[in-house]
Amino acid sequence: MWRDALLVAGKDLRIEARSKVALGQVAPFAVVVLVLFGLALGPAVGAGSVLFAATAGLFWITVLLATVLAVQRSFALEAVDGASDGLRMSGLDPAGIFVGKAAAVTCELLALEVLLAGVASLLFDRHLAGFAVLVASSVAATVGLVAIGTIYGVVSIGSHQRETLLPLLFFPMAAPVLLAATKAWDGALAGAGRHGSGWLDVLAVFAVAYVAIGTVAFGPLLEDA
Amino acid sequence: MSLTSTPSVADRSAPAAGATGTTPGPPARPPRSAPSARARVGVRLLGVAALAAIVADVVLGLWVTPPDEFMGNLVRLLYIHPALAWVMYVAYGVSFLSSLLYLWRRTCAARWDRLAGASSEVGVVFTGLTLVTGSIWGRPTWGAWWTWDPLLTTTALLFVLYLGYLAVRRIPGDAETRGRRSAIAALVAFVDVPIAYFSVLWWRSLHQTPTVDNPINGKTAIHGSMAWTLLLSFVAFSLAYLWLVVHRCRLAVLAEREEHEGLLLAIEQRHAEAGDVPR
Repeated sequence: MWRDALLVAGKDLRIEARSKVALGQVAPFAVVVLVLFGLALGPAVGAGSVLFAATAGLFWITVLLATVLAVQRSFALEAVDGASDGLRMSGLDPAGIFVGKAAAVTCELLALEVLLAGVASLLFDRHLAGFAVLVASSVAATVGLVAIGTIYGVVSIGSHQRETLLPLLFFPMAAPVLLAATKAWDGALAGAGRHGSGWLDVLAVFAVAYVAIGTVAFGPLLEDA
Repeated sequence: MSLTSTPSVADRSAPAAGATGTTPGPPARPPRSAPSARARVGVRLLGVAALAAIVADVVLGLWVTPPDEFMGNLVRLLYIHPALAWVMYVAYGVSFLSSLLYLWRRTCAARWDRLAGASSEVGVVFTGLTLVTGSIWGRPTWGAWWTWDPLLTTTALLFVLYLGYLAVRRIPGDAETRGRRSAIAALVAFVDVPIAYFSVLWWRSLHQTPTVDNPINGKTAIHGSMAWTLLLSFVAFSLAYLWLVVHRCRLAVLAEREEHEGLLLAIEQRHAEAGDVPR
């Protein structure tokens, strides 16, 4: 399974390295969203402003939007040229394919989050405190989000309305993760590790649960896609 | 898995459902998949009983029962709102169980897929009604149409989750593929409900916002007629749920038949149209 996962993740990351869709389209999109949040809620920044108080929430909403795009891209690769047939007939372990595809998207999103955190800190004038909690919660939340996205990505692969179907399926499932990630970040940014670490546990549980569901459900779903 | 989309599979489970005169089958077909006369009468009686119970609930709720000491006439929402929520839970529970039965190899049959779809569809309607009536109740009692109460937030998420499930059901594909895909989607949606509930619960408890006082708790003694009306509302809406699900299942059977026979008919017509063209 792990070997298969590495193969699939390597394939997806190689495609990204050559096509640079995440870098050239998803990342600028996410930055634009942050700028738009600034325009909608600014121009006041710094302590006491709306943008200052909402930094964590706005950051995670942006990540959520970018996740949809990244997952869509990940499955758009499989939707053309009979690639999904190839994947099905490759004899790779379906759980491995799930982990591989999710891992590739997770890598892309984590890189994006580093960029976004910097931009958000700059634009909203918010110092990134509690670095360890920030990083740990981001990793856990991203794994959870991508796992849900990958489950529904393969559900909507066969649909002609997949652009609209995926967000509808993804966002309600992602709501608990968004909530926990925002709270973890809020706690860390405010310098109170007390709340943040608790939410970190919740995020880890979400990540494990959604990855477990994915590894079980992905096989039959890919079979039917 | 023995499931195919041939009419024989559709027919096997048909007697479980009933039809009334409002949903006539295609005329060209011998009535071998039509429900038995007894089933038809049973379903019609169910419909009449549901209607009578709802009318009785309305009469009792609006005119017979007294207004509440604390809430006044607002208490009359007690005779619809909890029952609607109850039906919502029953509907999603049925959808979850029938999806499980569909996925389990030994009990896999088209009727479980239809039942899961029918039950979820009715469940979504009742979720919408629960949210609306709850909101109408919340405005005068809590002073807001909406509060970020865990139950409310989870119900709203539930509404969207199952709308998504219904959208998954509409993805085209053959019956078996669609059935398995939607069954998995139903299980995933169902599993998410407690996750959402507890995350919102914890979110609120950390927020330290004032807890919403439950209007039911304030009332220790419930008047006799009020209790009976409340009980009746549960019976009435449960009957309505059953009636709706039976008809929705029946409609699904007819839709499958229409799909199958419509294709045959179209091919026949095309042949007749181009009768002189050699094949």
